[in-house]
Amino acid sequence: MELLLAVVAGVLYATGFYLLLRRRMAQLIVGLGLLANGSNVLIFTAAGLTRSRPPIVVEHAPAAAASFADPVPQALILTSIVIGFGVTAFTLVLARRVHASSATDDIDEIAEKRS
Amino acid sequence: MLLVLPIVLPMATAILLQLVPHRVRLSRVLAFVGALAILAAALALLVRVDRGGIQVLQVGGWPAPFGITLVADVFSALLLVMVGIIGAVVTGTSFSGVDPRREATGYHALIHVLLMGVSGAFLTGDIFNLYVWFEVMLIASFVLMALHRTPVQLQAAFTYVALNLLASAVLLTAIGLLYGQAGTLNFADLARVWPERRTPGLDSALAMLFLTAFGIKAALFPLFFWLPASYHTPPAAIGALFAGLLTKVGVYALIRIATLLFRDGGTILYPLVVVLSATTMVVGLVAATGQRDFRRVLSFNLVGHIGFTTVGLGLFTPLALAGSILYVVHHMLVITSLFLVSGLFLRMRRTTDLANLGGLYRTQPAVAALAMIPLFSLAGVPPLSGFIAKLAIITAAIEVRRYGLAFIALAVSLLTLLSMARSWQEAFWKPAPGAPAAPIGRALLAPILALAILTLGLTVAAEPVFDRCRRAATQLLHPDEYIQAVLGR
Repeated sequence: MELLLAVVAGVLYATGFYLLLRRRMAQLIVGLGLLANGSNVLIFTAAGLTRSRPPIVVEHAPAAAASFADPVPQALILTSIVIGFGVTAFTLVLARRVHASSATDDIDEIAEKRS
Repeated sequence: MLLVLPIVLPMATAILLQLVPHRVRLSRVLAFVGALAILAAALALLVRVDRGGIQVLQVGGWPAPFGITLVADVFSALLLVMVGIIGAVVTGTSFSGVDPRREATGYHALIHVLLMGVSGAFLTGDIFNLYVWFEVMLIASFVLMALHRTPVQLQAAFTYVALNLLASAVLLTAIGLLYGQAGTLNFADLARVWPERRTPGLDSALAMLFLTAFGIKAALFPLFFWLPASYHTPPAAIGALFAGLLTKVGVYALIRIATLLFRDGGTILYPLVVVLSATTMVVGLVAATGQRDFRRVLSFNLVGHIGFTTVGLGLFTPLALAGSILYVVHHMLVITSLFLVSGLFLRMRRTTDLANLGGLYRTQPAVAALAMIPLFSLAGVPPLSGFIAKLAIITAAIEVRRYGLAFIALAVSLLTLLSMARSWQEAFWKPAPGAPAAPIGRALLAPILALAILTLGLTVAAEPVFDRCRRAATQLLHPDEYIQAVLGR
């Protein structure tokens, strides 16, 4: 399972970076989204996978270390999903305004128009 | 209690400001008073840290490695005072007039959200919380940068947003890997646990990930190109706010994380930071001398001088680190006032293109004299504050026999002097190329005057301030006190 998720994270990072290097704004935004998801999968995997255990400590249970999942990575991912959602929404609106003002989606052409 | 105030005060101010969106005069006063309150709280905190050592607050009463901890050591407290000063100065400039469309769309509230993010980043003792404060600060800066909605600003904002989001993704990756290995996010706990758990391969990878993430935010070579491409487009007050605060948060985070995690060396991090800092200085200043627009000259100077603020980390001696910390303080004051000076040019001549400026000495001798203080302080002309910080860094470089580095620092100072003297000559001294300058009000000069007085104050009071910087450097290089204060063992 770790191997599979590691590959998934790697593919997400690779496609994310590939899209960042493209010239179109829309691809760049998708690339940033993929990077954010890649890092979420990475946090989840790097912190250690625990199969079918809730992140809850049962009262009076013996203090066995592996009897519950680590809640911290889940909290981290949740936070970063929420932040990523807001930021992506803002970036999309911004890209729309840039597109409206320069009538192109091509980053190089926008830069040319500026100078 | 005092520890939450630099975060709670701007938050409360931002909320209050949103309640009175159309009362222009009231919101200006509120924003200014809010910023002064941050300054007062930060000063009180500095005094407390000075007397009673590192201050710690476990938020919500959760004990240290489990909850979020707020920590203020001398380094944090010093920078918080600077947040208060720059916040007060920038909100103070709004009394001389802000674009009404901008003011109606939450300009003042956004500035306070930004101040909250920066204060949070300086205070937090938890690495994931640091990421969250970075995002708070970034989203406020994104909106502030694009608020005007002119095509140039929108495009610059897009570059800025894309690069900063990339930096955030890299930072998140580093945090994930670090947590996977160390099992904790608390700074003090990491500093305690990490030296035992580190493995050579992951260690270097983590060091490089943190360096990339914070290097983009701090605008270190070769990751600085977003800054000169965007900082000259927003209005002068916003440019001043960004230039004064945002890159310094990157520098702070780099110094904090590096001294906590990699303090016993063993990685390529420190030699690499020295090389990158020196390259940043040279590339930034060489590029600055070729610019024709005053705000672009400033942007490249800002980048170049970031090298001075990180080189102390690379040298990793108490004197070098203290010099760099003093440089951060000095640079925050000076670059903010220079961006405000560029606002004067905009107001008087509607341009910051040096070719179209000139003759201002004849019409505005007071402004010309005032502008000389930050210009020459940036260049490090003795006895101004920039000179003291540079002297400390160069002495530290010579102490560890880095003669080449000392030479580069001196040469770069000379280049800065050249670039600043040329800017002053072009803007104030040469004959005016066209229409006479529009008159400017006192309200526009007051913030610059305040910063000039503070710069001179930093020169006169260099001794006590540098003592604080030395204490800050000692605390950073020997984190036992930090660990003890947070974890209580």
